[in-house]
Amino acid sequence: MSNEHYAIEMLNITKRFPGIVANDNITLQLKTVEIHALLGENGAGKSTLMSVLFGLYQPEEGIIKKDGVEVAIRNPNDANALHIGMVHQHFKLVECFSVLDNIILGIEPTHMGFLQKEEAREKVLALSEKYGLHVDPDALIEDITVGMQQRTEILKMLYRDNEILIFDEPTAVLTPQEIDELMEIMRGLAREGKSILFISHKLNEIMSVADRCTVLRKGKYVGTVNVADTTKEELSRMMVGRDVEFVVHKDPAKPTDVVLNVEHMTVASKMHSNNAVKDVSFQVRRGEIVCIAGIDGNGQTELVYGISGLEPLKGGKLELCGNDITKAPIRKRSTSGMSHIPEDRHKHGLVLDYTLENNLVLQRYFEPEFTNKGGFLRKGNIRAYAERLIEQYDVRSGQGPITIARSMSGGNQQKAIVAREIDKDPALLIAVQPTRGLDVGAIEYIHKQIVAHRDAGNGVLLVSLELDEVMSLADRILVMYEGEIVGELDPKQTTVEELGLYMAGAKRMEVQ
Amino acid sequence: MVLLIQYTLIFAAVLLLVALGGCFSEHSGVINIGLEGIMVMGALGGALVMRFLPYNPDTANLLTNLGVFACVALASIAAGMIYSLLLAVACINFKADQTIVGTAMNLLGTALATVIVKSMNTAMNPDDHSSEIQYINAKKAFLSDFGGKFELNWFVVLALILLVISTILLYKTRFGLRLRACGEHPQAADSVGINVYKMRYAGVLISGFLGGLGGITYITAGVSVWKFENGVAGFGFLALAVMIFGAWHPVRIAGAAVLFGLFRALGNVYNGIPLLANMGIPSAVYNMLPYIVSLIVLAFTSKNSKAPKAEGIPYDKGQR
Repeated sequence: MSNEHYAIEMLNITKRFPGIVANDNITLQLKTVEIHALLGENGAGKSTLMSVLFGLYQPEEGIIKKDGVEVAIRNPNDANALHIGMVHQHFKLVECFSVLDNIILGIEPTHMGFLQKEEAREKVLALSEKYGLHVDPDALIEDITVGMQQRTEILKMLYRDNEILIFDEPTAVLTPQEIDELMEIMRGLAREGKSILFISHKLNEIMSVADRCTVLRKGKYVGTVNVADTTKEELSRMMVGRDVEFVVHKDPAKPTDVVLNVEHMTVASKMHSNNAVKDVSFQVRRGEIVCIAGIDGNGQTELVYGISGLEPLKGGKLELCGNDITKAPIRKRSTSGMSHIPEDRHKHGLVLDYTLENNLVLQRYFEPEFTNKGGFLRKGNIRAYAERLIEQYDVRSGQGPITIARSMSGGNQQKAIVAREIDKDPALLIAVQPTRGLDVGAIEYIHKQIVAHRDAGNGVLLVSLELDEVMSLADRILVMYEGEIVGELDPKQTTVEELGLYMAGAKRMEVQ
Repeated sequence: MVLLIQYTLIFAAVLLLVALGGCFSEHSGVINIGLEGIMVMGALGGALVMRFLPYNPDTANLLTNLGVFACVALASIAAGMIYSLLLAVACINFKADQTIVGTAMNLLGTALATVIVKSMNTAMNPDDHSSEIQYINAKKAFLSDFGGKFELNWFVVLALILLVISTILLYKTRFGLRLRACGEHPQAADSVGINVYKMRYAGVLISGFLGGLGGITYITAGVSVWKFENGVAGFGFLALAVMIFGAWHPVRIAGAAVLFGLFRALGNVYNGIPLLANMGIPSAVYNMLPYIVSLIVLAFTSKNSKAPKAEGIPYDKGQR
């Protein structure tokens, strides 16, 4: 152990926030020229630890060493000076700037204050050649794919001659093919002598690319293992603290009547003049989970807005349980059997400054059970109803029904929405990214609820960007690409790779 | 016709200067509604210098003229920049709402100028309760006369020079790249070691610089006495419209400024154009023109606005 050469050592780091110990005596040692994964659930302290390394937070205890020498990192500039670079989960790119401008921003080559872009361009092209990072230096960030944006971020680090590269959940926004490419790029970077820290909660990726893996749980250090000597199951046990079922248990679907019928639906886009959803037709039946797969921004959001009534249709027809709802208001759709777990739980799911109980009756406060004839709310009934849902769906919060929604954790906010929407017993449940940002335990729970709802004889329309979720929950997969449905797949007879080709637009079939 | 061009140029120069000021502030991420107030303070600074500077047009030569011009310009710039500090301190340090602070600055600007000028006038002559400053003579220092037909205000030339400098500064220099990054994505700028607070201060101060100049240009356009009770008659807001119509880009802003300047100039000179004078349209209509045009233009163009994405949002290092 003492002979090892470490690029970065974070020794016995403790970082406290009021009321919580975010990092409790954590040690992380990154060897030179290795890919080191940092694994943990949401809230396990990964981001805090990286913020400490990047100089955004000062730890109460513990030291950081670079190449065996103790260093003080007080702000991101110190980190940059030590050649530590980071690709943030949400890219730090200026959308209306070119790739080149983004790369040089902050360390621009200048002559008397004037930008010297030619010099920079040559260096960028040389780097992109060397590491196989294909970018067009003159393209604007807003016009290029997420994959190319990520390559721009990587080039930003390389342009600064960074030696230690941190990747914060880099695969969340990529297609399977892009993920493979990224893994290849990371291996290439390690071959060229870079040391890589890779933050993730996706076990498959860690198994495929990392040399070693450090696991955190609830702010505590669990251990560091050689990836070659471990298994996915062992890693997940270290991460969660118990055995986790990766497979969703469900019986084969028994589809019956059509509950949602979409015919030639077209929805305009708010971002550009093209339509976001182009002439889409499909059906959802009772007793099946239909999943819309696709890369973010291919019209899924607008599709759901159209069906749920958040946006008017530009063309086409919608039927819910045989009734035409093309022009029906949202309330009408909701009372005639449609529930919607929205993509953005803060924007469309909850009134964040309302109490939990008021949020739980948002869809039905007007029913006689909750409003008397005089138009006043029946507080007692609302409280009782909220308490039942909280109990039944295990929504945890500080003060029960009177907790302000904003103060709850993301997972419990989501559970509250799931409780509200499923308890209405809708014939059609629309769930958009229902497990986004949640940890393994909460995901398992929500998946079970969705399957149970299907088994009770209702239709489910699931929109997800997570391929694991698509593959394990769906009875039928519809792939959306640039506003059209380009493929209908049976999850039992397809592979993630094939699905990825459809999602990237490389393959398509005639649907209906 | 010559008169129309002359007035178009001077009003376009005012709008150009002030809109460029707004442009710098907004590219740094700070909405500057307070341009109107900044203009008033800039005008006051320049007017005071013109009022008290000893100047005799009969004995003056080019050098003294240049000296007077420089003093007046510098006084306006200084007044504008100092006043814009109010916006910078409130919105950058204390993270106040930029729209509200800007509105307060507009209210304060005219009021403050009126109080200062009135008390000054009363102090010098107890019977004088006006809020007027006269500068008939000093103004002549920076007016070039071409054969009695065309009168060129030097501030028009200065505005053109500043247009070129602004374009280069925003798009060809390190400073411009960093400034625009702060208005688009301050977190990105911060993550590469750019001090967002400093850049925003720079943006706001430059808008004070240009807004102040715009103020003095406006009150020397055509008149030789200014009544400070009137403020600057909404020209700061008109400049904001020019900036939006010009899509936050200096060259397009220049085009928009000429268009709006032309409509404003029509109000001054339509009597001299037989065709317009004979139509019998009341003068109020011509005076309203630039404001009506700005309403129509904005209603149709502001939908596709290219505003800097992060403008109006106070930057907080802690939030990521």
